[in-house]
Amino acid sequence: MMKKRNISFYLFIVPVLLWLIFLLVLPHIDLFISSFQFENDAGETVLSFNNYMSFFEDSIYWYTFLRTAFYSISITLLAFVVTFPIAFYLTKVVSRKYSSFMTLLLLIPIWVGELVTIYGWMVLLGDHGVINSFLIYLGIIDTPIVMLYTDFSMIIGLLYMSMLFMIVPVMSALDSLDDSLIEAASDLGASKWTIATRIVIPHAMPGIASGGIIVFMLIIGDYVAPNILGGKSSLWFTEQIYNFFLTTIDWSQGAAFGFLLLMLSSGIIWAVLKITGQKLERVGS
Amino acid sequence: MIRSLPNSKLYTIGYRIYISLFYLFLIMPLLTICILAFNDSNFIALPWEGFSLDWFFSDTTERLGLFADIDLLVSIWTSIETGFFVAFLSTLVGTFAALLFEEEKFRFKGFLYFLALAPLVIPGVILGISILLSSTSAGIYIEDTFGIYIESLSPSFWLVVLGQFSFCATYVMLLVGARLKKFDRTLEEAALSLRATRLESIWYVTIPFLRPAIIGAFIVAFLISFSNFNTTIFLIGSDLTLPVDLYSRIRFSLTPVLNAVSFMIIIFITITALINIFASRKNK
Repeated sequence: MMKKRNISFYLFIVPVLLWLIFLLVLPHIDLFISSFQFENDAGETVLSFNNYMSFFEDSIYWYTFLRTAFYSISITLLAFVVTFPIAFYLTKVVSRKYSSFMTLLLLIPIWVGELVTIYGWMVLLGDHGVINSFLIYLGIIDTPIVMLYTDFSMIIGLLYMSMLFMIVPVMSALDSLDDSLIEAASDLGASKWTIATRIVIPHAMPGIASGGIIVFMLIIGDYVAPNILGGKSSLWFTEQIYNFFLTTIDWSQGAAFGFLLLMLSSGIIWAVLKITGQKLERVGS
Repeated sequence: MIRSLPNSKLYTIGYRIYISLFYLFLIMPLLTICILAFNDSNFIALPWEGFSLDWFFSDTTERLGLFADIDLLVSIWTSIETGFFVAFLSTLVGTFAALLFEEEKFRFKGFLYFLALAPLVIPGVILGISILLSSTSAGIYIEDTFGIYIESLSPSFWLVVLGQFSFCATYVMLLVGARLKKFDRTLEEAALSLRATRLESIWYVTIPFLRPAIIGAFIVAFLISFSNFNTTIFLIGSDLTLPVDLYSRIRFSLTPVLNAVSFMIIIFITITALINIFASRKNK
């Protein structure tokens, strides 16, 4: 039985449907269809698996694919290890007077944007960059250490631009942890390690999962950090997609690669959601 | 371990050193650029050659400062325009979406909400290429069927706005939705029982309650748009936005004017962030 709808319902749902259908659903259907389009020798566009076949036939492609997946997962874990003590410090240790200012500092690199911060790392890490000049000035080294255009600089860049997205959800998860639980455990003689692994981390798990998903998604889809900071051997899967679209102009091939990337990221995110028992709704909050 | 528990001195000091190192890591790239923006040198890096404002104001071909570099100023202006339209559109539709999913009941609601959240987990590259592909197909289809060429469907200013809007609306929906969850429904019911129509009750009761979240979401959407590269690069026409312009300069024509632009961005962002924080604190 249909209830009589208010005019406000239609006012809300029409723009929302337009947004979802025309900017999300149809484009992704088009991406899927394009990925099977292939121009045969007669110059006709036919549907075939050729775009996907070339991915498996050329080892550089699937090597890059696996490399990107491996690095993305590792850097996401690294981001967790690096930022978890910070999130804990800001919510539980430092006095409240400073915590809001210190949290504000964390937000600035996010809003300044990736291009500027990656450029900043380029200036820092170069052969004549700030770090090398400083070390030479101190007399610690004589010749510059090669840091820029290596996997090292790429990892630094990817970590820097993504890790802060881990802190924010972890902080809000830790906020709801009652201090008395930690006190009780400590009174009963639990060591710091036990408290961290048995109380704090399990409690923060929802925040860690949603932070991890956002961080992973940002890293695997990133182009700027691998392209500017990575060297010639620092292959990244998104770079290949960019090349198909912007350099060699082979859109169907690029669409196939894009679809593979989408499958990879959604697959891993889905697995994380299943393992941690999270819902996508929670990731956003 | 926490405020109320005593700690060994070594532990406290060790922890503080770690925190300091982390903040150093965080601030270093930004601080370096801010200082080097005033370096009197033709190279982006050290050595320090003395203080100079050349990279802001100089007007020679050797040193084209920020305020004399017309191309750069145009791309900054394009970014501001883009950000404004993206923020406006996504605040409107995102707020509608928040009201729709929080207040209405209808079929397929769960599925639609899932779709609205999808941009959170779709890499920006994918959004960029899929919107490029579909708008190109739509453009070809319309031209073949109706004989009308619609410029906005090929890479252009408005396509960038649409592409950025497609995911900014999700963030607005979440920010406004979070505030809407705290809203006391009985206020709306009171308005309705006093003979207000549904639209009037939303306009006079719900929207004023949501105003701080809506303003905050507008600023967030503007900032996301202003710094977006991954989606924009596929949709961009002849009007470069600032991140795309910066990218091509980093790749092809590296001069210290980049330091000056970055300095301005950092200052601008810091001020905006401060305003946003104080505004939200006042409304708490």
